[in-house]
This record gives sequence, structure tokens and C-alpha cells, in this order.
Amino acid sequence: MNSTMQPVGPAISVENLHVSFGRKNQAVIKAVDGVTFAVQKGEIFGIIGESGSGKSTLGRAMVGLLRPSGGELMHGDVSPLALPSSEFNRHRRKYQIIAQDPNAAFDPRMTMLQSLCEPLHIAREGRRADRIAKAFAMLERVALPPEMANRYPHELSGGQKQRANIARALMLEPRVLVCDEVVAALDVSIQADMLNLFARLREEFNLTYVFISHDLRVVSHISDRVAVMYFGKIVEFGPARDVIDRPLHPYTEALRSAEPEVIQDRAKARKRIVLQGEIPSAVNPPSGCRFHTRCPRARDVCRADEPKQRELLPGRHVACHFAEELMAQAEPLAVQPSRISEASAGL
Amino acid sequence: MQHVTFGCETAQESLLDIQGLTLSLRDEEGWVQVLNNVSLSVKPREIVGVVGESGCGKSMTALSVLRLVPPRTSKLGGKIMFGSTDLVAASEAEMMRIRGRHISMIFQEPMSALDPVFTVGHQIAETVRRHFKISRKEADKRAVEALDAVGIASPRHVATLYPMSLSGGMRQRVMIAMALVCEPRLLIADEPTTALDVTIQAQIMDLLLELSQKTGTAILFITHNLGLVAQSCHRMVTMYAGEVVESGPVWDVIARPRHPYSSGLLHSIPDSSRPRGTLPSIPGRVPSLRAMPAGCRFEPRCSYAVPECSATQTIQHIADREVRCHRFAELSLAGAGT
Repeated sequence: MNSTMQPVGPAISVENLHVSFGRKNQAVIKAVDGVTFAVQKGEIFGIIGESGSGKSTLGRAMVGLLRPSGGELMHGDVSPLALPSSEFNRHRRKYQIIAQDPNAAFDPRMTMLQSLCEPLHIAREGRRADRIAKAFAMLERVALPPEMANRYPHELSGGQKQRANIARALMLEPRVLVCDEVVAALDVSIQADMLNLFARLREEFNLTYVFISHDLRVVSHISDRVAVMYFGKIVEFGPARDVIDRPLHPYTEALRSAEPEVIQDRAKARKRIVLQGEIPSAVNPPSGCRFHTRCPRARDVCRADEPKQRELLPGRHVACHFAEELMAQAEPLAVQPSRISEASAGL
Repeated sequence: MQHVTFGCETAQESLLDIQGLTLSLRDEEGWVQVLNNVSLSVKPREIVGVVGESGCGKSMTALSVLRLVPPRTSKLGGKIMFGSTDLVAASEAEMMRIRGRHISMIFQEPMSALDPVFTVGHQIAETVRRHFKISRKEADKRAVEALDAVGIASPRHVATLYPMSLSGGMRQRVMIAMALVCEPRLLIADEPTTALDVTIQAQIMDLLLELSQKTGTAILFITHNLGLVAQSCHRMVTMYAGEVVESGPVWDVIARPRHPYSSGLLHSIPDSSRPRGTLPSIPGRVPSLRAMPAGCRFEPRCSYAVPECSATQTIQHIADREVRCHRFAELSLAGAGT
């Protein structure tokens, strides 16, 4: 996929990471409840999940914006949370996050130029003239005309604002960019433009992305590998297209089937699984497998025991008691050879 | 309700027939036209999807049908025939009888459509009592039945709750219960699942389709999600910059769009069966309402534009399809999955 030579090794790795909310003597909400994976340098790692799955919390914890309540976070071979705060502040400039709502991301009283220069100002990088020159260069990289520099946020369209948001995140030349639902608020044609822009910027800046979204189509289009989250846990992860084309966890299977299909033959062939109920209460998580309350395949063992994450196929990790059964049942969709090589090349 | 008659209605006859609808709104800078000559129709029991991107006028069309546009700062033109009543010319008293009884609406954000200070049971019962002469007790009973019909597990209990204590999916179910409690002939659903998760979206869509089939309520379904339209509608209408640019049976349009804009929209959806790489997108932006091109409004962004496109485009009819593009016959446009 990526022709440029990338240094190998993980950009971010988390091991048994926990993030909990709630004060003493109060109900504790375990937003992220023990996740383990590594994002390789130069990779686009997708995280899929519905509201309340913990995907945004995980994203924020990965860049050090939230302190985990347990487990380990590594940025390359640095343990960012062990750094003294002054060093941590310098370190985290290389790990940027872009949020969904560009309206909330900009100060309405600052022009785009001021907003773009602010990170450099805080980091005390360069002189004023250099900062301004860099801001203009960055506007060009995200395909915004230079006259945008003197506009205020309300004068930009949603798509333009999101471009400016990306430009600002790139001002400090990060190594890793966590993109949290960055295209969710945009119309499809603009969404397509943005996804193309993300792909181009990765090449230009040698970036590693963590792409968080609820949209299966978007994540599978852009990502090399994806992790599917449900209720604070990763239920499945592996090469993006394999996971989407041949889910090995009932939740992924249901998510895929809930995605409306625009191609008639596929819509007809599709077995629709409509999950009952909603994501359970975060204060009282279900026993055993957390998905058992909604799972069409749940049996007694699911209520009692939590399934362990296993590597079922090379690179494909699943946490379900009946994943083998699902694998035997699932008919691999007609896979074109080009797609297989593409998916594995992305790893 | 006795003012609305459906006497001459047959299967071919439209339940809702919007003819040449125009809408202008006034702001500080003066009048601006947001809908231009919009025509579309919905037959009894039919589900019609209206698609288009933000600002194309799909929501304004929906609001115009219920005359929920601001009275002093808007001007409606053309006709909106509902049975034999023209909703553009109808009196406000007539509209009050129609809203919620014969035509009802579900909005995208149920939290802002529900009143936070009344229980949901009370709000549904209020709708019933507004249109039928029945006792409070009877209306409360109808509210509980309505909640039951939308698949709420303990309707008696939920009726006593306030909107804030319900989840997004539950609130949308309550909205549907409220919209359908008087068994309207037409339901306008404006992005009813956009704020919901996909697994909940699937539940709500199934529910809407099931209820529509059961009660015979026709649906005008406004959305930007082409997949949802494909999955649930009989016909679809594409809008762009305040105009209808294409309409026809849903799978026909999706497989073989006739208008370059419909084709562009369909093509920019990421698809796992296509090789990865650059996604096709539509260049440029929707023109500003105050600076609409004189001819085809899509012309500045269209890769098939020729000099003749700067002349005003009229709707062309081809069998059961309509398209606002003079080049429709010579163009062979890509649909979904091609």
C-alpha cells in the first residue's frame, strides 16, 4: 500500500489498558477495560464502535490526554506517562488528536491564521514571520486558499473548517494523528474529499493514523487494520478488509449487516441481523461476555465466562466463545485476488 | 378532519402532489429563494426517499408540506395538493387539523422535539386529545398502546417517564409512537436515524417500515443516506441546490443514474469491493443561494458540462423517471458498485 520505506516497529502500543471514570465512593465506569494492541509506524489503524463503546476514550488515552487507570501505554520505546510533566508536554506535540466537531475546535474570536499559529506560539517554535509562513504553507497542503487565513471560523463551511482543523494539527509536525470521527459530520461528497486528503497527507508527512469512527465503510476504506470495540473491550481485530468481508465476531457481523447496502444484488443476498436492545448500562456491565445480552448466538457459557482473545487466523484476533463456529459457517465472500495482496501488503 | 376529502382517490392517484413549489425566505439581506419549482408526489402506502446534501432544500420541502416555515419571513408559491386540499392556500385552522392527524412528522433530534417538562405518556395523549373527542383516561390508554406498538418493553412504565431518562433510540421510538398514534395517511420522516448508532438505526428503520405496512401510512423519507433509501424506499428523489434533479424507482436510479449529480453522490460512497485508493468525489461546492447559476445549477461542478448547460434546464420525463439534464440520453453514468 505504502511505497515509501517506513521504519518498522510500533508507533503506539497499549497493553491491558484500563481507563475508568468516577470518584471514590461512586459507581466506577470502566470506559476502556483492558485492551491490548500495537499500531505500527506508518499504519492506518481503524477503531470501530458505537456510542459508549469507549473508542473516543481510548483515542484520548492513546495520546496521553487521559491518564489510564491501569495497564501500559508506550509511544515507540518511550513511556510517556513516566516522563516529567515538562518533558511530557514537549513529547505529546508529536501525538496530535483531531476531534469530530470542528465548530468546537476553533476559538470563534480568532482568525484561522491565529488559530494555526497558536500551537507554535505555545511551543515557542520559530519567530512570528516563520510561524505565519508555515501556517500559509499548511493551508496550501490541505487545499485551502490563502484568503482563508484571515477568516473567522463562522465564515468557513463544515468541510473547510475540518481542513483547517487538520492543518492546525499538522503545524507541530506530529508523528501520530488520532482522528476521532473526523468525517462524521460531513456530506458524502465532501467526506470522499477528506478521506482522499488524509491518504495524501499520510504519504507527505510520513504519518501514522488512528482512525476512530462508527462508520464501517469509512474505516474499512481508509484503514490497514481495524479493531472493533464493544463496551470497553476489543472484540475483534485484524486486516481491515478481512474483518469487514468475513467477520469472526457476532457483533462485527451484526454491524456489517446493519450497514445499508446500495448494490441490489448484495442487498438481496444479505442476511440481515437486527440486534435487539441497546448497549447496556455502563454502571452495571453484564456478566461473562458483555455482548451476550444482545447476541443472537449467545448460550449459557457466554453469560458465565468472559471469552479470551485468541488469534484464530494469522493476524486475526477474536474474543468470542464461538468464533470457530462462526468461521466454519461464514462463507468467504467472493474475494478478488488483488484484494488479498492489498490487504496483506497493508500490514 | 372533515375538510380533507379523499373521494376520487385510486391507486394511481397521488396522496401528496407537490407541483412547482417555490419557497423564499427573508433575512437581513433581503429575500432569497431556497426552493425552485419543486415537484414530487407520494402515492398512498408508498415510501419515497428524498436525498441530497446539506442545504439542498430537502428539509425545507418537508417543512413546507406542513407549513412549518416562518409565516412572516417566508413566501410559498406553487401547489401542495393533499387529497383535494391545497396546503399552500389552506387556512391556519385547516393546517392545525391536518398536522398530527393526517400528516405527521418525525425529526432528526428527538430530544429537541419532545417537551422536557412533560412525561412522554402525557405528550402522546395530548396529541390524541387534540384531534379526537375522548376522555383523558381513554387518551392515556391510547398512549400506552402506541408505546407498545413501537416495541417499547414496558409501555405503562415508560409512559410515566420524562424524555431525559430515555436513550436516543427510545426517544425516537416515542417520537414514532406520537407521530403514528392518530394513524396519519402521510408520515414525513426527516433524518429519523441520523443521530443514532447503526444497530439502533436498523431497529428504527425496521419498525418504521413494519408500522407503515400495517397502517398503510405513506412515508416521505428525507435523508442523506443513500443506503437507507435503497433499503427502504420505492422511489427516490434527488435534490440539488433547491431543485429536484432526478427521480425514479429506487433501484433503477441507483443502478443507472441519469443525472451527473446522482451519479457523483452514489460514486463517492466508500465500497469495500472496489480497490482502495482515491475515492471519486464531486469537485467544488454547492453554489450560494444568492449566486445561483442561471442555467443548470450543477453546471459549475459537472464534468459533463457543455455550453448548452448554461441555459435553464427543464425536467425531462422518460417513462417512470424524471431528470433535469438535457444530456441524459447521450450520457452513460456510473451507478453504485460500478
